Amino acid sequence: MKKEELPQDKKIIKGEDNTLRKVLYVTDDSGNYESAQSDGWEAENYALTQAWEDIDEHIAETREKVKSGEVSPIAYFMLKNLMDIPILASYVGKWKWVVKRHLKPSVFKKLDKKTLERYASVFNITVDELTKFPAA
Amino acid sequence: MIIENFEHHQYAHCESGVTVNLLRYYGIELSEPMIFGIGAGMFFGHLPFVKVNGVPGTTFRIWPGYIFKRVSNQLGVKIKVENFKTPEKATQALDEVLASKRPAGMMASVYYLNYLPPAFRFHFNAHNLIAFGKEGDEYLISDPVMENVAKVSSEDLAKARFAKGFPEPNGRMYYPVQAPKTVDLTKPIWSGINQTCFFMLTPPVPFFGVKGIKFLGKKIKQYPAKLDPRRSALYVGNIIRMQEEIGTGGAGFRFLYAAFLQEAGKKFGNDELLHLSEEMTTIGDQWRNFAYSAARTCKARSGELHSYDELGDMLIDISGKEKDFFEKLKKVAKGRK
Repeated sequence: MKKEELPQDKKIIKGEDNTLRKVLYVTDDSGNYESAQSDGWEAENYALTQAWEDIDEHIAETREKVKSGEVSPIAYFMLKNLMDIPILASYVGKWKWVVKRHLKPSVFKKLDKKTLERYASVFNITVDELTKFPAA
Repeated sequence: MIIENFEHHQYAHCESGVTVNLLRYYGIELSEPMIFGIGAGMFFGHLPFVKVNGVPGTTFRIWPGYIFKRVSNQLGVKIKVENFKTPEKATQALDEVLASKRPAGMMASVYYLNYLPPAFRFHFNAHNLIAFGKEGDEYLISDPVMENVAKVSSEDLAKARFAKGFPEPNGRMYYPVQAPKTVDLTKPIWSGINQTCFFMLTPPVPFFGVKGIKFLGKKIKQYPAKLDPRRSALYVGNIIRMQEEIGTGGAGFRFLYAAFLQEAGKKFGNDELLHLSEEMTTIGDQWRNFAYSAARTCKARSGELHSYDELGDMLIDISGKEKDFFEKLKKVAKGRK
């Protein structure tokens, strides 16, 4: 890429400026390489925006599913913390299939205090906030 | 306390940048492309069955930790690499290393690094940074992707060093303990080139090297038939992110590698390397075109067969170009020491 083609597209994600000025390698008029700073590029900015839109949609959908009793609050907080089942399982130190079971409201209701505390601490919330979700 | 003579400089890539900044402290002044090339950092891999948040993984670089180890080994720098069982032990060891006036490289998850813009903070655990001082409860951090020095609380740093998921940093800390006064780059450069040719040309499975690029091209063509438009767009979007978003220097490290070949070519007065550097720049431009077209396809969200077909063809073409490129590079490097 030639130096004059280096894009400077600010990374606006969800209306917030998330620009991280970074270093790219470009060529000058004689073809010599040098490093230069860039604010970003529309292609990568779009890919990141799209990833966040998908996450936010999932979080909103899951919130509704908790309300209607389809999944337990763990499913909501897992997404809210940008985790999937394998990541959450390693944080709480449980098998993936065990965590998967805990996403069922019927199983979640029977969880003991110790297990709930473990999840709450990983999500950085209180046990009450976890069990009473979505209270308001 | 602060390690006085440590200098922070911004670079494109975290592990290469950490290695440059650490070695400079021990009197070895090398450019980032030189470190990346000697470290044989360039690679390609696509693993459809290793999914992160439901999206298959793509990488443009060799596995974490490889560059630092390889460069140190090639230059005769003695290093120490440690993992820890508990955050307490890891923090204590870090404090001891800093007290002995040694800047410490570490592997960390970006999720816990408050100084990064929020949109970047996913559970990405293979990030690298250096601690070079401590003020009160905060560490002074040289993160190569940042323009300026940053600060992180000891609690957040411990969390970042003990993040779970894949890969798990396990508190990994690494630093040089002894460096030679002078280094000869001839053998390390040719050895790095040979290693990258090996990584790109010889993997026997279809997921890695130039074969991996073709493999991904074929997969992309199938996306509209196998996935809904939203997932197709997310899958392709993730390739763009791995290629451009996280410090790669542009085009998934291809420009960084072209810069390395140019520097090596000038150093040796080797025209073949200079020509190959130009060729890699052209390949890098093709990767940028791919990312641009891929973003447009995502935006359209139409899931149209022909646009995914075109994207797939672009990668199959790049795969052929890189195969040809590395076969030529291999011939140039053959038998050189």
